[in-house]
Amino acid sequence: MESLEQIKHRIEGAVAGARVEIITNPGPAGQHSLLLDHAHALRVATFLREGSGLRLDYASNVTGVDWPETVLKEKRKVKQTIEGVEREIEETIERTRPGFLEVVYHLYSMELKQGPVVLRLRTGDRAASARVPSLTPVWRGAEFQEREIYDLYGVIFEGHPDLRRILMWEGFEDYPMRKDYAAPVENAAVSIA
Amino acid sequence: MPLMDERLRTELSRQGVFVTTLEELYNWGRKNSVWPLGFGLACCAIEMIAASMARWDLARFGAEVFRPSPRQADLMIVAGTVTKKMAPQVVRLYNQMPEPKYVIAMGACAISGGPFREGYNVLQGIDRYVPVDVHIPGCPPRPEALLHGFMTLQKLIEEQELTGARRPRHLQVDAPSEFPIPEHGAHGLVPSHNPAIWPPSESGA
Amino acid sequence: MSARDFQVIPRLGPEGEALDGEQLEISMGPQHPSTHGVFRMDLLLDGERVTRLKPVFGYLHRNHEKIGESTTYLGSMPYTDRLDYFCSLTNNWAYALTVEKLAGIQVPERAEYLRVITAELTRLQNHLSLAGFLLQDMGASGTPLMYAFREREKILDLFESLTGARMMCNYMRFGGCRCDLPAGWLEQARAVVGEFPRFLDEFQALLDENEILMSRTQGVGVLSAALAVNAGVTGPMLRASGVNYDIRKVDRYGIYDRFEFRVPLGDHGDVYDRYLVRVLEMRESLKILEPALRDLPAGPVLDPKTKLRGFRPKPGEAYGRIESPKGELGFFLISDGSPNPYRYRVRPPSFINLTILEDLCLGRQVADVVVILGSVDIVLGEVDR
Repeated sequence: MESLEQIKHRIEGAVAGARVEIITNPGPAGQHSLLLDHAHALRVATFLREGSGLRLDYASNVTGVDWPETVLKEKRKVKQTIEGVEREIEETIERTRPGFLEVVYHLYSMELKQGPVVLRLRTGDRAASARVPSLTPVWRGAEFQEREIYDLYGVIFEGHPDLRRILMWEGFEDYPMRKDYAAPVENAAVSIA
Repeated sequence: MPLMDERLRTELSRQGVFVTTLEELYNWGRKNSVWPLGFGLACCAIEMIAASMARWDLARFGAEVFRPSPRQADLMIVAGTVTKKMAPQVVRLYNQMPEPKYVIAMGACAISGGPFREGYNVLQGIDRYVPVDVHIPGCPPRPEALLHGFMTLQKLIEEQELTGARRPRHLQVDAPSEFPIPEHGAHGLVPSHNPAIWPPSESGA
Repeated sequence: MSARDFQVIPRLGPEGEALDGEQLEISMGPQHPSTHGVFRMDLLLDGERVTRLKPVFGYLHRNHEKIGESTTYLGSMPYTDRLDYFCSLTNNWAYALTVEKLAGIQVPERAEYLRVITAELTRLQNHLSLAGFLLQDMGASGTPLMYAFREREKILDLFESLTGARMMCNYMRFGGCRCDLPAGWLEQARAVVGEFPRFLDEFQALLDENEILMSRTQGVGVLSAALAVNAGVTGPMLRASGVNYDIRKVDRYGIYDRFEFRVPLGDHGDVYDRYLVRVLEMRESLKILEPALRDLPAGPVLDPKTKLRGFRPKPGEAYGRIESPKGELGFFLISDGSPNPYRYRVRPPSFINLTILEDLCLGRQVADVVVILGSVDIVLGEVDR
C-alpha cells in the first residue's frame, strides 16, 4: 500500500480545498493517521472508497476519544543576556491546549486486502461545537458506532440517518465516557453499618 | 419440623403404613417441582444452560422445564449482571410471577455487582429491589454450584412451616408479593434501591 | 430489498375494497426465549410480516471500556474474558496482540502454537453452540443443543485443566501465555480432536439435509456481498455471502501462515449458508489443530524479558485485530505512558454485524426473524460491552 504522504497528496489533488494533516503516532506500532477538516470530510471519504484506487470499502472501527483541556509544557532553549553575558538557558513555556473530542476511523480494503488507513475528525470544543460530519453515508458500518459515540461522548454527527442513544436509555442526560463524568453516588463503595 | 415420633413412623412404615403430615406433603410436592423462568442475563446464563444439559441435568431435581412465561414459573434464577437499563424489567418479571416464588441470585454480579461494580450502568446486586432467597457466589459458578444452590433452595422450601409466625410470604395476607418498579431517571435509577428490603437489617428480617 | 424501499402493500377485499388494518407493535425482548441474551427488537408487524425492526441495545452495557481506563493493562485481561463469554481465549488473544503491537513485544514460538491451538478449540466450541442454539430456536427443543454441549464439555475440560477455568480462562499475557501445558494434556487434546470428525459426520448427517432446517433457512435472510462489505459485517456471516475475507489469511497474525486450511464461502448468503459455512469452518479448524498439536515445539511460553508488573508502554496508539469466531475482534488502545490506558476501545463484531438486521428481516415473518437473529451469532456481552 502507498505511504501516508502519497495518499495525502492524492487526496489534496482530487478534492479541491481539502486540508489533510498527518498525525504521527509515537511508539512502535506505526499506524499514523490523517486529520481531515469538516467541510471536505465526506468528499474525501468518498474518494478513498471509490476514486483513489485504494478501494477502502470497509470501515472497521470508529472510536471516540475525549481530550479535555490541558496545559502543555514545552521546554525551549532561549538565548538571554544576564549581567552582560549571553547565555543559553532552558525555559518552560506553558500553553493551554483547549479541549476537544476526536473520532478515529480505521479503514481497510476487503477487495485488495490492505490497510489500515486511519482517519481522524476533531470537534471544535467539548460543548456547543461538539459536532463532526457523519461518514455513515459512505460506510454503513459506521452507523451504530457513531451512535455509540454520540451516546457516550456527546458528539453530534451531522448527516447521520438515525442519531439517538444506543446503549443508555432515552432520557439519560450524561455522557459517561467523558473524562469529567462523575459516576452516581450509589456506585461508590457502600459500607453496610 | 417433625410433629410425629420418628420411631413410631419407622415402625409403621415397616408394616406398610405410610404416615405423614400435611406440611411435609405440601412442601415435598412444591420442592420437587420448582420450575425456573427461562431468564439469563450474561455469562452465568451459559453455566445455567450447561447445568440443564446432559452432563449435569437439572431436570432430575424437578426443574424439568424452563418456562418462557413468568406466569408459569416458580423460580427466577438471576444469572448475570443486572444493569440499570434492565433492572425495571427484572422487577416487572418478578412481579408477574405468581406466589409462591423464589429468587436465586447466581454469580457475583447478581449478588453485588461483581467485577463490574464501578460501572455507571451496573446495578450492584438484584437484592436492591427484589428479595433473594439463595445467593450462589462465583464468576461464573460451576454448574455443580448451581445444583448445590438449587438443593439449598429445596431444603429451604422443605423446612417452611405452614402455620405460625414464620410461615412463608405467600401464606401471609399482608406480605407484599409485588415490589415497586424503579424508573429510568436522568442520571440513574429512581429510586436507587427499595428501602424496605435493602440494606438488609441486622435482625435478618 | 433495502430498508428504505419497503412498503406495506394494501390488501383488497372480495369486492376490491381496500382492507384497513392497524399495524401491531411488539417488543420482542429483552426477556425472550430466542433472543440469545438480553436483546430487544421493536417490531412493527402487518399481520405476521415485519414492516420495521429497530434493535434496542444496552441491556448488558457493563461499562467495560470505562472500567478499562481505570484498570492497568493486565488488570483488564479478565474483563476481556467476559466480552464474548463463549470465546474467552480469542478475546484474550486479541487484547494481548494489541498490547504487544502497542509496546513492541515479541512472543516465543511455543506460545504462538498454544495460542493457535486454544483459539481453534474455541472456534470449534463456539460454532457448535451456534448450531445447537439455531436449531433450538427453530423448535428442535434441545436435542441438537444437547449433542453440541456434550462435545463442548469435552473441550471445556481441556480448557479447565490448562487454565483453571471452564469459561473465563484469562490465559494470555503480553508476551505469551500464562502457563504451560500440564502432563497428559496433549494426549487428551489429540483424543478430543481425533474423535471430532466422527461426531461432525453424525451431526451433519442428522442436520444438513433435514427437511425442516432446509425449508426454514434456505432463501431466508439473504445478505448481498456489497451490503455486507459496506455495513462492516465480518466473520462467517460475511463469508456466507461470498466475500473471501478471513483475517487469519489477510493479516497472517500469529503463525497461521504455517497451516494449510481453506476458507469456506457461501453462494447465496442465506441462513442455510451461514450455518453450513460454520460447520465447514469447524472441519478446517481440525486441519489446523492436528498439525499444531503434532508440531508443538519446546521452549518458554512467556518471553523472559516481559515485564508484567509496572507495565508502562510508551505513549502511542495501536489497533490490533484477530479473526474471532464471530468476526473481526479488534482492540484500539491509546497509551499516555501511564500504567492505565488512556483510551481502551473494543471493536465488537456481533454489534456491527447487527447493522443490517432490519434489512434482512423486512417483509419476512416473525418466525424468520428468530432464525435470522440466530444466524447472526450474537453474544450480548460483546454487543453491549
